[in-house]
Amino acid sequence: MAFKLTEDFKARAEKLCARYPRRDAALIPVLLELQKEAGYVAEEAMDELAKFLALPYARVKAVVTFYTMFNREPAGKYHLQVCRNISCHMAGAPGLLARLRAKLGIGEGETTKDGLFTLSAVECLGACGAAPVMQVNEDYFENLNGEKLDALLEDIKHGRLRAGGR
Amino acid sequence: MENILLKDNVAGLEGYFACGGYRPLKKALALKPADVIEEVKKSGLRGRGGAGFPTGLKWSFIPKDAPGPRYLVCNADEGEPGTFKDRELLLRNPHALIEGMAIAAYAIGAAHGYIYIRGEFAAEARLLEKAIAEARTKGFIGKNILGSGFDFELFMHSGAGAYICGEETALLESLEGFKGQPRLKPPFPAVKGLFASPTVINNVETLAAVPAIIEKGGEWYASIGTPKSTGTKLFCVSGPVNKPGVYELPLGVTFRDLLEKSCGGMQEGKKIKAVIPGGSSVPVLTAEEAWAVKLDYESLATAGSMLGSGGVIVIDESQCMVKLLQVLARFYHHESCGQCTPCREGCGWIEKILNRFEEGKASVKDIDLLYSVADGMQGRTICPLADAMAMPVMSFVKKFRSEFEAHAAGRCCAPEAGGGH
Repeated sequence: MAFKLTEDFKARAEKLCARYPRRDAALIPVLLELQKEAGYVAEEAMDELAKFLALPYARVKAVVTFYTMFNREPAGKYHLQVCRNISCHMAGAPGLLARLRAKLGIGEGETTKDGLFTLSAVECLGACGAAPVMQVNEDYFENLNGEKLDALLEDIKHGRLRAGGR
Repeated sequence: MENILLKDNVAGLEGYFACGGYRPLKKALALKPADVIEEVKKSGLRGRGGAGFPTGLKWSFIPKDAPGPRYLVCNADEGEPGTFKDRELLLRNPHALIEGMAIAAYAIGAAHGYIYIRGEFAAEARLLEKAIAEARTKGFIGKNILGSGFDFELFMHSGAGAYICGEETALLESLEGFKGQPRLKPPFPAVKGLFASPTVINNVETLAAVPAIIEKGGEWYASIGTPKSTGTKLFCVSGPVNKPGVYELPLGVTFRDLLEKSCGGMQEGKKIKAVIPGGSSVPVLTAEEAWAVKLDYESLATAGSMLGSGGVIVIDESQCMVKLLQVLARFYHHESCGQCTPCREGCGWIEKILNRFEEGKASVKDIDLLYSVADGMQGRTICPLADAMAMPVMSFVKKFRSEFEAHAAGRCCAPEAGGGH
């Protein structure tokens, strides 16, 4: 099915473009907006967006592939991103990742069959004082351990995810 | 001493007003821009993002007679491992940043500003967006600010996951909608920055210190800290201490005081093996070196490391230094933008060599190989990311060589260390 930018999306994108003296400077915020709506950035979406911003397709693709937050395939409803950098590593991130792999039956970069979870190991999330940390979609969950992680997964499965683990 | 940056109950506009908020802006607008810059120069304030460049001097580099627009950019792309101060500051005192930006913009003659915030900080970005809107309704941002005739528009701009965008020219590329690959300098951003116009880029913590400097004067600020490292600094402490977190302390505080007085010491049974004092990119200190050091730009340089971003990573005896260096190498390899060969290839080689150590396939020769690869990267690239990889490698190898030797002999030095053991 061909991807089409909705009029509503175009209106929001125009507002973002208006923040800059050059429209193409809005490329990253517009891509983030697109991903928020569609869950990922499909090839067809890059094509449409290139036309909309009057940019070569290659420019859009270069940006999408450079930045790690852009998903090029549909991600699960909940994207579990476990920080694996130094402070989280020392506080037990490898154990959390192993636990998630075992419980969800998937590896890093994979999505569960029911489409509920995608698991990623990510670099420093900038919350090292509360290590180990995991970001679920836009929210941070801090000072995690095995038990807290299990409880969090149960909450998510039953639709009780509460934002802000601080 | 009273905190300048981290205060309670100032997150909302009312609380901020109660502490005298936006009075400094009014005061600054009554001064000549050059006098604002002079006051900041007097304060001795230095860039808090990591490089420590004098802020007033940076502002004064904007050509006075250049035609066309000028820009002010706030670097809120906090991503240096071990650093989490800007997030705390944004959550607790967002208006200090906004007011600091309005003052800085007035000083350099910028009509437009952007806050480049890392994409992962979505909640923080929304909060800031709200704070900017509040400031706009009160006339602190927008047209004819407080009737002064000065216009300043401020926008948020989210990144999308790239450590390299914390480097100021990569940030500018990203802000223009390109891949975040650093630019060759010169020209420096002050001459040719955002959209090829004169631009100042400052860290969140730097800009948030400006209102207090204008309010109480540069001399007052310079009286805090040491003669060359003036003012307070946000120190981020992570690792097995009793109270990890962000602490605002005068520069020149001893590591001992930070650890024992602020953080309540080490967790029970934990003993310090090493400390990375300024974010993961700076050379590591041994426990002995750390206990003796003061935390300011000069003292840390004398001790062979750097103040960097103020991210103090405390490493205890149970950790394996080889494993930790592998964690860092994986990170720098992942984050290298790929533009310069020594960094792109070097970070990859270092990660591969460290993987050999972790897999028990390394030989003693590999220790010197690690060091020589790092040595070959330093100072040979457009931006400091290669140095940020080389400095930990060279210092870990120099100071903890016996652990690398143990790995080469097929033993891990800290068997209880987690992950891959």
